[in-house]
Amino acid sequence: MGNENYAETKIYKVNEPLKLKSGKVLKDVKIAYQTYGKLNDNKDNAILVLHALTGSAHAAYTNKKTGKKGWWDDMIGPNKAFDTNKYFIISSNVLGSCYGTTGPTSINPETNKPYGLDFPVITIEDMVNLQKKLIDFFGIKKLITAGGSMGGMQALEWAIRYPDMVKSSILIATSARLNAQGIAFNAVARNAILTDKNFNNGDYYDKETPSSGLAIARMIGHITYLCEEAMYQKFGREFKDAPSFDFGIDFQVESYLAHQGKIFVDRFDANSYLYITKALDYYDPIKEFGSLEKALEKTNSRFLIISFSSDWLFTTAQSKQMVHALIKLNKDVSFVELESKCGHDAFLLEFEKQTKIIKSFLRG
Amino acid sequence: MNLNYKIVCDLIEKKSKVLDLGCGGGDLLDILKKEKDVSGLGVEINQDKVLEALEKGLSVVQGDLDKGLDEFQDNTYDYAILNQTLQSTKNPEAIIYEMLRVAKKGVVSFPNFAYWRVRFYLFFKGKMPKSKQLPYEWYDTPNIHLLTIGDFFEFCKKRNIKIEKSVYLTKNKSRSGFLIRHIANFFSQEVVFVISK
Repeated sequence: MGNENYAETKIYKVNEPLKLKSGKVLKDVKIAYQTYGKLNDNKDNAILVLHALTGSAHAAYTNKKTGKKGWWDDMIGPNKAFDTNKYFIISSNVLGSCYGTTGPTSINPETNKPYGLDFPVITIEDMVNLQKKLIDFFGIKKLITAGGSMGGMQALEWAIRYPDMVKSSILIATSARLNAQGIAFNAVARNAILTDKNFNNGDYYDKETPSSGLAIARMIGHITYLCEEAMYQKFGREFKDAPSFDFGIDFQVESYLAHQGKIFVDRFDANSYLYITKALDYYDPIKEFGSLEKALEKTNSRFLIISFSSDWLFTTAQSKQMVHALIKLNKDVSFVELESKCGHDAFLLEFEKQTKIIKSFLRG
Repeated sequence: MNLNYKIVCDLIEKKSKVLDLGCGGGDLLDILKKEKDVSGLGVEINQDKVLEALEKGLSVVQGDLDKGLDEFQDNTYDYAILNQTLQSTKNPEAIIYEMLRVAKKGVVSFPNFAYWRVRFYLFFKGKMPKSKQLPYEWYDTPNIHLLTIGDFFEFCKKRNIKIEKSVYLTKNKSRSGFLIRHIANFFSQEVVFVISK
């Protein structure tokens, strides 16, 4: 007791403009980050952990104000999978998000107003390029990257883009690109936001926000993060109370989704949701390089790839596609499909097995 | 060290590249890494075994040998190993061809169903033989393609597969070289072959 580690978000201001994949340039870019553990003198014990769609730099430890723990607190800390006694762990907020890193909620230096939809469309590659600047700021030349879902895509992009820097890559519940079904869900989510009566073409920062659209977007997201079995286990067909014989919230599952939507609008920005889901949809190194083998050809890292049996958003088959490409290229790869009934969410929940695997992988 | 592992280990050259098909918890691969400084990859279908192997710090991928080895390129490895695995594959012929495609040499070991104790068990008890090598009941055995040393010689001969080395095991002893085949087939509990195209 009394040994609680508190999280602290810092801001690094990039002193040069950030050139984006679209050709546009962003000025005055800031990146919010947290660190856990200590960087050693050789600066070779760094692990960059990469968050998913709506995550933040707060990956571990406790927020002093809210008392909330980070999104991967089960995995990061003393003697945990990412052991802060050994490693220096860096977690940063992605470009386009609303938790401190430059995004559509940030002030546009040209207009002195929030960017809104004037913010340029960004990509996974742009997110990684910005993270690279933070890593350079620390003077780190070699690192390990790890992430789940969209974070896994960034970890993959790191291995592809900076083959001489990345020693090991841990890719969890992810794929080299979203499948058509994933893009479809994102499209519906964006439509919910874009058609909200308060959306006002993204210019809503001093007005009513498009909260019902954003809440629906989140509800759709939550459906894709669970699976049929998880929903059955959690809610079954149970009613909240008795049937109301109107169109209010009847079922437990409806109540859950409504609750998730409601709490989400207080913590996330609708424009950020548009931008980040777009970045997810666009990411496709297979198309960019001609094949996955070509994309991965120059990588020098040891790969650990983990999928979950009930994840239908980022499937085992998609993980295996990466594994097979790496085997073809004669790269060092390990792969395991973990049995889970939690769907895509498993990567945030099933931490016991992941801890074992990651600990041994990092030791190996 | 388990005698079977020791024999396989002795057969593998130092610093070679090894693919262990059906590597289980990675015990053999771990020994090969330590004793022979091999670089290696294991393939294993069982999740718990994959975890065991990963905990040893080995590179291992979860996969099903019965689905083929399409992802492996020709001649990538010095050795592909099927240690006590061949008899539990659905299509042993295909997997032998595949191992010789991806590796220069194959190391194959299996329990010999023609060992005299196995023969006597069947002869006198009239039931599917059980022993230390064959601990399963007929209804729960993973060994769906049990074979004998004689069968394997015939199999290789018909397909022009060379048997480069053979080591026969009985209890805690091993004999290598070219024993009279029928005698080896009668007196050996287990066998380790090195094969090539």
